[in-house]
Amino acid sequence: MMFRLAYPLDNRRFVGLLFLAPALLYIVLLVGFPFLLAIAFGFSDVTVGNTDLNFVGLRNYLAVWENDIFRQVFETTIRFTLVSQVFILIFANILAIIFTQNFTGKWFARFIFILPWATPVSLAMIGWLWMLDTKYSPIDYLLLQTGFLGPNGVLSNNRNLFWLATPDLSQISVIFVQVWRMTPLATVILMAGLSSIPTDILDQAEVDGARFMRALLQIKLPLILPIMVIALLFSMITMFGDMTVVYVLTRGGPVDYTRVLGLYSFQVGIEGGNLAQGAAISLFAFPLLLALAIFMLRAASRAEVQ
Amino acid sequence: MGALVWILHNFWSLLAALVLALVGLRIAWRVHKYGATRAELTYILRRSPFYLVVLTFCFFAAAPFLIMFMHTFKTDGDLYRRPQPFIFRQDPTLEHLDALFNNTAYLDFIRNSVVVGLAVVVITLALSLPAAYALARLTGSWGERAGILMFLVYLVPPTLLFIPMFRIVVLLGLKDDPMSLIVVYPSFTVPFSMWLLSGFFKAVPPELEEAALVDGYNRVEAFLRVVLPLSLPGIISTIVFTFTLTLHEFIYGLVFIADTSQRTLSVGVPTELILGDVYFWQPLLAAALIIAIPVGLAYNLFLDSLVQGFTMGAVKG
Repeated sequence: MMFRLAYPLDNRRFVGLLFLAPALLYIVLLVGFPFLLAIAFGFSDVTVGNTDLNFVGLRNYLAVWENDIFRQVFETTIRFTLVSQVFILIFANILAIIFTQNFTGKWFARFIFILPWATPVSLAMIGWLWMLDTKYSPIDYLLLQTGFLGPNGVLSNNRNLFWLATPDLSQISVIFVQVWRMTPLATVILMAGLSSIPTDILDQAEVDGARFMRALLQIKLPLILPIMVIALLFSMITMFGDMTVVYVLTRGGPVDYTRVLGLYSFQVGIEGGNLAQGAAISLFAFPLLLALAIFMLRAASRAEVQ
Repeated sequence: MGALVWILHNFWSLLAALVLALVGLRIAWRVHKYGATRAELTYILRRSPFYLVVLTFCFFAAAPFLIMFMHTFKTDGDLYRRPQPFIFRQDPTLEHLDALFNNTAYLDFIRNSVVVGLAVVVITLALSLPAAYALARLTGSWGERAGILMFLVYLVPPTLLFIPMFRIVVLLGLKDDPMSLIVVYPSFTVPFSMWLLSGFFKAVPPELEEAALVDGYNRVEAFLRVVLPLSLPGIISTIVFTFTLTLHEFIYGLVFIADTSQRTLSVGVPTELILGDVYFWQPLLAAALIIAIPVGLAYNLFLDSLVQGFTMGAVKG
């Protein structure tokens, strides 16, 4: 007969601790420690070449804050995040309603619509790099054929719009591409919200003769409001921390128009070798993300109570 | 090859014909089933805007992938000289696909990504299976606090951590070694899969474990022999999404590894297939599409399961 560890393994608290400890330890070591190190870097003069941590006080943080480029980068990051969320929320709501219904060809339609999210970001961006190419853009070609571009074009007399090379269009392009790739994630979170609405509530509404739009606005929408806030939070955090899209599409150009926080931190910290200042730059994101998370989680729980 | 050439030459007409044929077949089927009554025809008319919306969304989602597909087979002359992106003026060619697999490090990237992904999946499961079970069943209020701690990890994205991580990787002597990614990736896959798995574990009826405990199993045995087998579908979908998370990761891969043959797919393709100002467009687009399609299929296959885990994970247990 097998030896039985009678007492400890029957104890709920002991087993709970035993099960949870390794994962918690790993996370504390691999997220908590580097996070503290990042803060320490911010207070030091560490570079790729000189690895001594000499304390220099707030010098890095002040230098970053007074840097005009940083101000612009910070603003751009916030603008990209906020503007894209508006469109993501609109599209995600429409798509979540579509994909929680049954219709012919749903499986294939869902496959197509999930592709932008399933494809590794950097690879999907290669597709967009071509779509928005300065010279060969297929979009420009269509516009040229339909008379929007070219000698008497409505949009421009050029044969091209230079999607990634002009200040306004490059920002619009980046926002468009972000919406394109992040809408599916928000949609999936909303689908989870919609599918968790107890069906008896909807059945009751149907018995009461609620029309589709009324059922949508008065029953479904308030019920998924908390999860909509969660979807928004996730997609904002992802968006705020992203540097892949602009790394592949523009490297921050033209000039600084599409440079976002993550990319700037990478360019100063790794490419420029100034680890201390790079760390200081990226740390400016943290208080903002924390405030955002607290605010939105509160909003979500308040919406849930009502 | 002959068939492929024909398909590519008539790509857009074939696509349009396919969509129209499917729509026509569907309408014909309904009419056959319910008769060409007035009610049936109004039903079809009322339903068509819905399908139009679906088709529009699908088109926007798919556009870059359709272009990727076509351009994979274009000759250089067709691609760059007086470009007409939507048709083939010269016969399609397989030379760029051939070049992608034989003259670039693409296969190395795939191998590195698979090795890193599988290793991370193993570490992630070993850590998060028990931890998720603890969150779902064993721990009370302090477990909930641990869960919130896990959520806080999302607020510290890789963009905040890559600089100190880079120092640590260098100190450990793991620079240019995929091992560095295997060590670091669980920092975001573990919280994700813990949260998903705890949702699946909550869906297992507690009575089954109670019965197992009465039968003389201890807690660990009840978890291993009762809860794990019942959650297998959820665990499989967690494996799929954990693997693809590692496939998507870009920043750590870019910062830690500078050696071409050691790079992963997401970093290797956009950095190594572009040499300065020279873009190898057809191989680039093909390389992206070849990864996109299987990952997309996997996501679609396991999406319902993901949604279910998400829903259960969000329900306060």
